[in-house]
Amino acid sequence: MNGRGVVWLGAPSFPVAAKQALADPQLRANLKRATTTIRDKRLAVAAELDDWEALRDAAAAIKKRTARHLDRYLLQLEESVTAAGGTVHWAADAGEANRIVTELVRATGETEVVKIKSMATQEIGLNEHLAVHGITAYETDLAELIVQLGDDRPSHILVPAIHKNRTEIRDLFAAEMAHWGRPAPEGLTDAPRELAEAARRHLREKFLTAKVAVSGANFACADTGTVVIVESEGNGRMCLTLPETLITVMGIEKVLPSWSELEVFLQLLPRSSTGERMNPYTSTFTGTTEGDGPSAFHLVLLDNGRTDTLADRVGRQVLACIRCSACLNVCPVYERTGGHAYGSVYPGPIGAVLTPQLVGPEHAASLPFASTLCGACYEACPVKIDIPRVLTHLRAEVVEAQGGRTAEALALKAAGKVLDSPHLFAAAQKAAALGGKALARKGRIGRLPGPAAGWSDTRDTPAPPAESFRSWWRKNKEDDR
Amino acid sequence: MRVALFITCFNDTMFPGTGKAVVEVLERLGHTVDFPMEQTCCGQLHFNTGYRPEALPLVDRFTRAFAGYEAVVTPSASCAGMVREGHPLLAADHGTADLQRRVAELVPRVHEFTEFLTEVLGVTKVGASFPHTVAYHPTCHSLRGLHLGDRPERLLRAVAGLELVDMPAADSCCGFGGTFAVKNADTSAAMLADKAAAVRASGAEVLCAADNSCLLHIGGGLSRQGSPVRTMHLAEILAATEGGAR
Repeated sequence: MNGRGVVWLGAPSFPVAAKQALADPQLRANLKRATTTIRDKRLAVAAELDDWEALRDAAAAIKKRTARHLDRYLLQLEESVTAAGGTVHWAADAGEANRIVTELVRATGETEVVKIKSMATQEIGLNEHLAVHGITAYETDLAELIVQLGDDRPSHILVPAIHKNRTEIRDLFAAEMAHWGRPAPEGLTDAPRELAEAARRHLREKFLTAKVAVSGANFACADTGTVVIVESEGNGRMCLTLPETLITVMGIEKVLPSWSELEVFLQLLPRSSTGERMNPYTSTFTGTTEGDGPSAFHLVLLDNGRTDTLADRVGRQVLACIRCSACLNVCPVYERTGGHAYGSVYPGPIGAVLTPQLVGPEHAASLPFASTLCGACYEACPVKIDIPRVLTHLRAEVVEAQGGRTAEALALKAAGKVLDSPHLFAAAQKAAALGGKALARKGRIGRLPGPAAGWSDTRDTPAPPAESFRSWWRKNKEDDR
Repeated sequence: MRVALFITCFNDTMFPGTGKAVVEVLERLGHTVDFPMEQTCCGQLHFNTGYRPEALPLVDRFTRAFAGYEAVVTPSASCAGMVREGHPLLAADHGTADLQRRVAELVPRVHEFTEFLTEVLGVTKVGASFPHTVAYHPTCHSLRGLHLGDRPERLLRAVAGLELVDMPAADSCCGFGGTFAVKNADTSAAMLADKAAAVRASGAEVLCAADNSCLLHIGGGLSRQGSPVRTMHLAEILAATEGGAR
């Protein structure tokens, strides 16, 4: 894991990792079915609101304003949380955040924590860090539990186990649950109701015994110090209410200026992510209240590359992301490759623009190219992040980081010279026509060697015609003018 | 109207028939077409692949080649999109104030072909006849980049004898994406396989689009599979007068 701990260590480049996923027809079928279902639901519920576009504009504007005054809102948040009885910690990077959380858990004397699904703690590799220090973290979101039992990686922001089918989940429960607590019942089948019941019984023991919980945050209101978590299962609410100590790790971009802005996001987020009008559980908590919920509340504010991202004029818009995963579900590339190919806890289009910014483009150089720039993500994004624009911006950064010495750079520089001269261009067209004629059979070029093989393995190419348009024009039209 | 044709480097070299078709249609409608010989390329390949300094001279060349024309028409939604969005960005980030001014002046006068016919000329019936079943593939840049909407379909429906058929998941990307098809060849091939299956399922004799690059990709896949489906640029269909009906 590199310093900031976002990209998995040794992760292969996107094209290499994608090849493995593409070779798995079951995975492709699972992904296609799941993403198509969520996509259609999202379109249907978004269409119900006649002010959907206005909501998107409002959300983008709020996020832009928040980013512009991020320092001010974060200080206000710290003040509000402290006034409400909580404690705020500032973490510059993954290492610092992990140290803070570990020390907080140690101070309680506990060696077990329950966790509600959190992208921020995945990003910093908190579970792994806690394990090194003798603390076991139990994931309580059903899909995160599946991933944890399988010693696996999440492959989707909203549906981390989207790559697993029911039979695989049954086998995992039967084989692994006993190592983590209450075993799966004898004779467990792959019926969803039975699987859910097995998970419920397994997790209930954890909720009732755990003294410490760790969460992420969907939003935090600077004016009231309220942290907001939305979820579907209610397991998160168990984590947020039952333990004595609650530690929330939150990316600094999640702050909102005030409570009233939640109105916009609580309409956009569930519709964009699960295709629901409202998420089943919306939990809001403000500091501590005697006799009600955790008696100690710690909020860890995580930077980990975010202020660097904020400094980038084009890339900063990515910080507006509310982690709804709408872009994943409409992305034709994600639909074929799944999330593991992105080598990051943030997969899909948003991962392709967020990960390189958090870790530096040189550490995720293949990700900005893992897109056809088809624009479906931009169209789906509830906060209007222009992902294609950021992708091309980051491509330029990757190319710059490579210093112009690659074969591609030389070829494109040469092409640029040719295209900047109509005479050289016309000469190149003639050469292409001759070369194409030599390669073609019945006017079509088949399989080619070298870097073009990837293209020509599955596609024929027509031979360039003997006469280009400009040469036809010169012969037939120019004199008429 | 005196119209300048921006043929695009790709069409110029690989699909000259598309340019001839645009000339044919515009002249049939009573307009005069010019082809400024100094033009080459919009710079999209360089811009999208991350080579911005290399794209800048091409932006400069483009603005000089087409300066002074009332209208510039191009049979490529993708290249029109590059001019409209990429040129102002490049000029702002890397260009001189003079280049920014020239780009700002030119961009509103650059039109994609179907946009030009329907919006600027206000025409949907262009005197074409093409008695075949046709499926239309809305390329990503025409659909989500230029927001062409149903303009291409309106033009196709007005062609005598043409039967426009539906294609499943028509708005899914075909997987071309310029250098994506080479850099991520396996993912591109998987997307192409689904698109080719959709083309077959449509039952069309001809697949048409407003971008030859996507058609090269899809057509290359269909050809490799031995499919009899032909790919044609929309301009070629609008230029057709098969069966003589006008």
